Amino acid sequence: MKAIGIILAGGNNEGRLGVLTDHRAAAALPIGSSYRAIDFTLSNMSNSGIGKVAVLTQYNSRSLKDHLTSSKWWDFGRKQGGLFVFTPFISSTDSNWFRGTADSIYQNMTYLLRSNEEYVVITSGDSIYKMDYRKLVQSHEDNGADITIAYQEMDRTDLKNFGIMLMDDTKRLIEFEEKPEHPKTNYASLGIYVISRKLLITLLEEIASRGEYDFVKDILIAKRKELKIMGYAFQGYWNTLSTGIGAYYAVNMDFLKKEIRDVFMNKFPYIETKAKDEPPAKYNKDADVRDCISGSGTIFNGKVERSVIFRRVYTGEGSVVKNSIVMEGCKIGKNCVVENAILDKEVELSDGQQVIGKSVSELAILKKGTKL
Amino acid sequence: MRKKEMIAMLLAGGQGSRLGVLTRKVAKPAVAYGGKFRIIDFPLSNCINSGIDTVGVLTQYQPLRLNQHIGIGIPWDLDKKIGGVTILAPHVKGGDSGEWFMGTANAIYQNIDYIDSNNPEYVLILSGDHIYKMDYSKMLSYHKEKGAAATIAVLEVPFEEAGRFGIMNTEEDDRIYQFEEKPENPKNNLASMGIYIFTWSRLREALIEDRIIHPDSDFGMHIIPKMLDEGQAMFAYRFQGYWKDVGTIESYWESNMELIKALPAFNLYDDFWKIYTNSDHQPPTYTAPKAIVEESLVTDGSEIYGQVYHSVLGSQVIVDKGAVVRDSIIMGNTVIGENAVVERCIVDEECVIGKGVQMGVGENKPNETKPNIYNTGITVVGCCSSVPEGVIIGKNCVVYGKTKSEDYENGRLESGKSVVREGK
Repeated sequence: MKAIGIILAGGNNEGRLGVLTDHRAAAALPIGSSYRAIDFTLSNMSNSGIGKVAVLTQYNSRSLKDHLTSSKWWDFGRKQGGLFVFTPFISSTDSNWFRGTADSIYQNMTYLLRSNEEYVVITSGDSIYKMDYRKLVQSHEDNGADITIAYQEMDRTDLKNFGIMLMDDTKRLIEFEEKPEHPKTNYASLGIYVISRKLLITLLEEIASRGEYDFVKDILIAKRKELKIMGYAFQGYWNTLSTGIGAYYAVNMDFLKKEIRDVFMNKFPYIETKAKDEPPAKYNKDADVRDCISGSGTIFNGKVERSVIFRRVYTGEGSVVKNSIVMEGCKIGKNCVVENAILDKEVELSDGQQVIGKSVSELAILKKGTKL
Repeated sequence: MRKKEMIAMLLAGGQGSRLGVLTRKVAKPAVAYGGKFRIIDFPLSNCINSGIDTVGVLTQYQPLRLNQHIGIGIPWDLDKKIGGVTILAPHVKGGDSGEWFMGTANAIYQNIDYIDSNNPEYVLILSGDHIYKMDYSKMLSYHKEKGAAATIAVLEVPFEEAGRFGIMNTEEDDRIYQFEEKPENPKNNLASMGIYIFTWSRLREALIEDRIIHPDSDFGMHIIPKMLDEGQAMFAYRFQGYWKDVGTIESYWESNMELIKALPAFNLYDDFWKIYTNSDHQPPTYTAPKAIVEESLVTDGSEIYGQVYHSVLGSQVIVDKGAVVRDSIIMGNTVIGENAVVERCIVDEECVIGKGVQMGVGENKPNETKPNIYNTGITVVGCCSSVPEGVIIGKNCVVYGKTKSEDYENGRLESGKSVVREGK
């Protein structure tokens, strides 16, 4: 593959994900019983033949780095290429945290300079989708574009959370509005870009010299007229966690749909994650588990309905879990009720506890390690 | 020169013929176990958990799946720069025509070069036949403490069962003075577990000497008696804990079923002695709104739409609408069709059981062609087989291959009958 990858995994999405991102980057959020958000992008990279990928972290990167300790799960452990994890650092001349998306790349310019691949695929780490970037790069080449932006025609009501694109008939970008109050179109940028490596270096140096640091504002919007920026329509499932708790809950619940599981889990190539080597899930005598996905190492004794249960969870006899997300390592005692709730990792509920949210839009959320 | 204190040699070449059709295409150590594992995962994981990072795996019978499973040893952290896992297959030797591994000790003899290249002080001999967790480093400490030439791990068995095992007759301090294979009148109840530690220089000598007399040199029959005759210090190491030979259809089925008890004798959910395995990917399992799953193990990626009771399911198994699986082992990538009923069966990997099939019904008659293998009522479907829609299959039956409806007279396979269809 003639491209290298950059995954922007720095953000916590301005706190829109509440306590869930208190201690982790959005890219490290657990998804679909077995995965973390960044697994989807990492697997896309690997499955598209991109063998050299940089993950740029910043915000609370511990759990993300823990997840990325070995690159072998995504097949990046190669002599050529591999997985690079960059965090901001203090040097003798500079002590800056990343000041913007472009700055985070600029500060790791050596990664770009020391590569010789033609293109760079830039993505975020908190979107859930399966894309063959080879097709994106192909479209970029076919169009002779300077930058290509993957977009999707969306019928969602929260378009104002996205970058909205106005394009001509050839899909050349005319206007790009970042999070507009009144979107002119429903073509939303997916935050997935292809750009030639050399052009990226030139642009980053140019804007940095003016003290500008944002990829969208200072490159896409500012240069939309002088550069040939093209849209690439992506069909297929795409969702992001960046818009908040509601999106996080919805994405997880989407995995209860067969067509979504088929896309990510049953159709080659697969989404890979860090191996945890848990034994199979165990269903004891009175377990009643319906409309539910669950991870390995989990032990069920109680009733679970329409929920996403992660690895190594324990549910006690007589307990009821409904419309909820229960993350890795949670222990739910006997006769507990968990409804419309998100239990972050390692929450422990003693016998008889009740954690009930009013509805799926007003979820009860317990932060990591809570013991009740 | 590199130096490893102890390396392991894992004998994984046996067919395990008493597992019948389950080992038709794969060696016994590669047979699936407990949903997501294969039998060989247990000794391999024990090795790495005991700090042994150099393991030679000796293959011979049907090694394809074993080779693919082990790869370069990544799941067990055995992908090492120095050491790691090495597959040792029989091979043609210079000048000579080369030969198969003729016996357990002969297999080690033929790989003396591999062992020498690691320059070990001690060699641990393992087989890929048993389910257990064991810290071999403790056994090594014992071996060193005793100043033994060989240490043999033993399990105390009830005296009335001792006749089924290789029995170590010992002095008070557990020094072995005699080895008896399946004695009629056992003098002792310490059964060999087939796990040996040898001081390499002693074993090396014995292998070379015995080679001249026995081309089919075997540890139990030749090497151990020979070293005992020479008066070498050999000790029994008493192991306490779960150890199960899964060599027969019945013991294999039982051992799987023990895992689903609420408090199993053998705990896989232990963080400090994990059993590692090679799984391609690890998607969640799904249970549908109308699914019932009770007293069962269900592995990653399985989708349950029907009912599963008291069973062990491998990865990516589909139990379709209305299907009922009871008291059965369903291995990976198998599909149980709509409204099929599967009772007390073992269905190997990548099988398709057609809609409305009923399996495991009728009287308990032993299998006609292999009564000594299939006689406990368990019907077995071999790897990659298919069973056409609507047929009825009895107990102790064997199904192998892509069977078609004409293979079933009146749509039935009576108890004790077999249907085998060769070819792709």
